[in-house]
Amino acid sequence: MDPLLSDVLFGILAVILGTAATLGLYWLLDRLVRLLPLKVQDKIKPLGFLIPAATLLILVLVLPLLQTVVWSFMDDKVKTFVGLENYITLFTSPDFLSILLNNFLWILVVPAVTVSLGVLFANLGNQVGPTREKILKSLIFMPMTISFVSASTIWGYLYTNPAPGRPKIGLLSAVVEFFGGTPQNWLQIDDNRLNSFLLMAVIVWLQVGYSMVIISAGIKAVPEETIEAARIDGANGLQVFFRIVIPQISATIMSVFVTVLILVMKVFDIVLAMTGGNFNTNVLAFEYYKQFFVDSNLGPASAVVTILLILIAPLMWLQIRTVRHQESLR
Amino acid sequence: MKNVLNKLSKYKVGSTIALTLLTAIWSIPTVGLLITSFRSRDVADTSPWWDAIFSPVNQAWSLDAYSNALSSGGMFNAMVNTLVVTIPSVILPLLVAANAAFAFTFLEFKGREIYFAIIVALMIIPLQSALIPVLRAMVAFQKATHIQLTGNFPSAWLIHCSFALPLAIYILRNYMLSLPASLIEAARVDGATWYQIFWRLVMPMSVPALASFAIFQFLWVWNDYLIAFIFVGEQKAVMTYRLLRLLGQYGDGWLDVAAGSFISLIVPLIIFFSLQRYFVRGLTAGAVK
Repeated sequence: MDPLLSDVLFGILAVILGTAATLGLYWLLDRLVRLLPLKVQDKIKPLGFLIPAATLLILVLVLPLLQTVVWSFMDDKVKTFVGLENYITLFTSPDFLSILLNNFLWILVVPAVTVSLGVLFANLGNQVGPTREKILKSLIFMPMTISFVSASTIWGYLYTNPAPGRPKIGLLSAVVEFFGGTPQNWLQIDDNRLNSFLLMAVIVWLQVGYSMVIISAGIKAVPEETIEAARIDGANGLQVFFRIVIPQISATIMSVFVTVLILVMKVFDIVLAMTGGNFNTNVLAFEYYKQFFVDSNLGPASAVVTILLILIAPLMWLQIRTVRHQESLR
Repeated sequence: MKNVLNKLSKYKVGSTIALTLLTAIWSIPTVGLLITSFRSRDVADTSPWWDAIFSPVNQAWSLDAYSNALSSGGMFNAMVNTLVVTIPSVILPLLVAANAAFAFTFLEFKGREIYFAIIVALMIIPLQSALIPVLRAMVAFQKATHIQLTGNFPSAWLIHCSFALPLAIYILRNYMLSLPASLIEAARVDGATWYQIFWRLVMPMSVPALASFAIFQFLWVWNDYLIAFIFVGEQKAVMTYRLLRLLGQYGDGWLDVAAGSFISLIVPLIIFFSLQRYFVRGLTAGAVK
């Protein structure tokens, strides 16, 4: 049989069987729970709903996570313990410190810019009338559907700067030249980490649509009376926005901020497709990929992820707190 | 009152101009790529794409990049593979997460808050943290049972499904909390089991949240490179994998990637626009107050 056709059939079969098996599993769990005496039933009835999710989370997330932390103290083949060696090697290498600096910049810049632009777009969108709002917002949301790989190609094309004498086809170079500057190989310039900022533009471009949509819903849910009251008290547009609207949507802003932040920590495709981590644009997630797939250094790769996890840990606390806060508002 | 209306209409014009301008800037990369994807190699290499906007008639338009992407790039096969990876990776976590979210919302059990806090914390765990151990476990499993997991779709489904669960449970629970508790109570009084309540009452009412998570998960899996690369690999290459190969080591295949990118956009755009009306409603049920 044609391999493509067999893949399609396999896929269709998998969807049907997988769904049926999942449904059957829950039905079976329900039956099993109901076989038990009523008193026990009442105690364990949540299990019927929770066991599949818990199994997957423990087997695929939690245990491997712990394994990774343990392996971060082992050698390349994860056969013998080497203590802190992986960490010492990483933190004494100037390359790795440069990676940390880049990650720090990504974390500092991308979520803040994405949220700010999201607020700006959402606010403008709420003032232009429903039809225009729908069209314009759909266009801004569009990049959300583009993969990092495609987006990197799009932006790489804007940044491209062919050798002197060749036709100028890069937009950035053309704009810079128009204003009297000199075109350069933008992605190779790491002064002030210019190239890292150029990479960040890609993810901001992709994610602002999401940020805008969620924040826009938040702004629309702000009670009209609070805005009217402020207006009557003589507040101008900006004051109303920053003193009345923003405080009421802070939880929404926070959740968008954290979502983008999480994404930033994980993103590596952009670096892979645009610079390959060269010219000082490397980040933790890409360094992990390199250590693991290019160099097969399992221990050091695990150490890189563990460092990423440690950086993320405060966010977990923040996330739990934000959720708790939202729940208390119900 | 008249004054206020006047002011509003003035705002409207200013805001429309500002937003249109921003939208135009936002669309430049896409437009540039779209135009480029319809040009021939020589033209794209020798004249900037914005020339084509100013003189659209004198251009040598071409579909070469598309036929390249489809034939040598294998984008059609890749699209089929991507669909096979994506669809189960969206449906399965939805089912599993909805069940769990139901328990977290409506059933009382010991430690519920703590378990939920753990789920919330797991939302931020980056995929990378589990990859090596999971990959090794799969290889060990393959050696023991001779069932091929890696290089095949089920391994990708397993990873995508598991890593989607925390966010899915969170979004669905948020939404379920906003459902009227009195309805559930009434069903209980009428003697419905929890199982029946879940399937007949809660699932149908949760459609907006299910749809909005489905969009999210669909976009994420469709555009994922890392998992597809590690667990499915070259044999059944997905679109992102093919695109990156098309690009080549020195980025000289970008014209074909441009065309391939638009081919890969079709399905997500259809999904997004058909489920769009649920998107915001489902995602913001809990967060927006």
